[in-house]
Amino acid sequence: MMHPVIPYVIAAVLFGLGVYGVLARRNAILLLMAVELMLNAVNLVLVTADATVTAALPHTGGVFALFVIVLAAAEVGVGLAIVLQLYRLRQTVAVDDVQLSEDEEPQPVGTAS
Amino acid sequence: MTTADVLLVALGAVAVGSGVAVVTTRHVVRAGLWLVVALGAVAGLYLVLTAELVAWVQVLIYLGAVVVLLLFAVMLTRAPIGASPDLDRTRLPGVLVGGGAGIGLAALLIDAYRWSTVEVGSGVGAEAVGAAIFRGWVLPFELLSVLLLAALVGAIAVSRSDATAARSDATAAREGS
Repeated sequence: MMHPVIPYVIAAVLFGLGVYGVLARRNAILLLMAVELMLNAVNLVLVTADATVTAALPHTGGVFALFVIVLAAAEVGVGLAIVLQLYRLRQTVAVDDVQLSEDEEPQPVGTAS
Repeated sequence: MTTADVLLVALGAVAVGSGVAVVTTRHVVRAGLWLVVALGAVAGLYLVLTAELVAWVQVLIYLGAVVVLLLFAVMLTRAPIGASPDLDRTRLPGVLVGGGAGIGLAALLIDAYRWSTVEVGSGVGAEAVGAAIFRGWVLPFELLSVLLLAALVGAIAVSRSDATAARSDATAAREGS
């Protein structure tokens, strides 16, 4: 016996934390960590649904959670390659300092509060 | 409140608390270590929800590989060891959107499930999950292997050190002409 609302609410709160982290952090690596929190919230919803709903195809939620974990591993690999290349080119990993085009001067944006 | 409920609440409190630490701490390295605690607590939640295989894959891939990669990146980008005051930008939009997303989703799910109870079956073994993958989801599984290969090649291509040299050569040639 369990109440499915408990893990669902935990997942919702984790997702909100991840959204906050993506919007509030300046360091690109911390941004990726917040994305991991969001992916874990989604996985928690999938696994909870798998455990509590009687589906036509059994264990589909668990299978999808495994797929999401693999996608997260691929995402982190490519993301960190991009972050390291950014650091090599610009000597910074602050996402505010990234110039969007090569011509414009870097502008100080979003001073830390 | 049954035993499973108590375990879920306790592990959920650990996961949410360390999640807050991940997005608020001023130490970059500590954020990675708090992420270990958060992901471990989520793996514990999977165990309580009887998804054993997902829990152990979470421990292996997330705790074993993803966090180590993130900590490697922290080292390679020469993140400061101590507290750095400039990790956050203005917090208000993040609080508004993140809080809105979290509270909205929580309200939606609470409204959908109320205080209903379900019976949790015995553990789902690796055999059952494997059968589900290879009976129902073979095509996505194979596509995923192609995607992993593409991500691997892409990561190598992006992080090649001669890409930087080629770019500066191209810039120099354009400025010279």
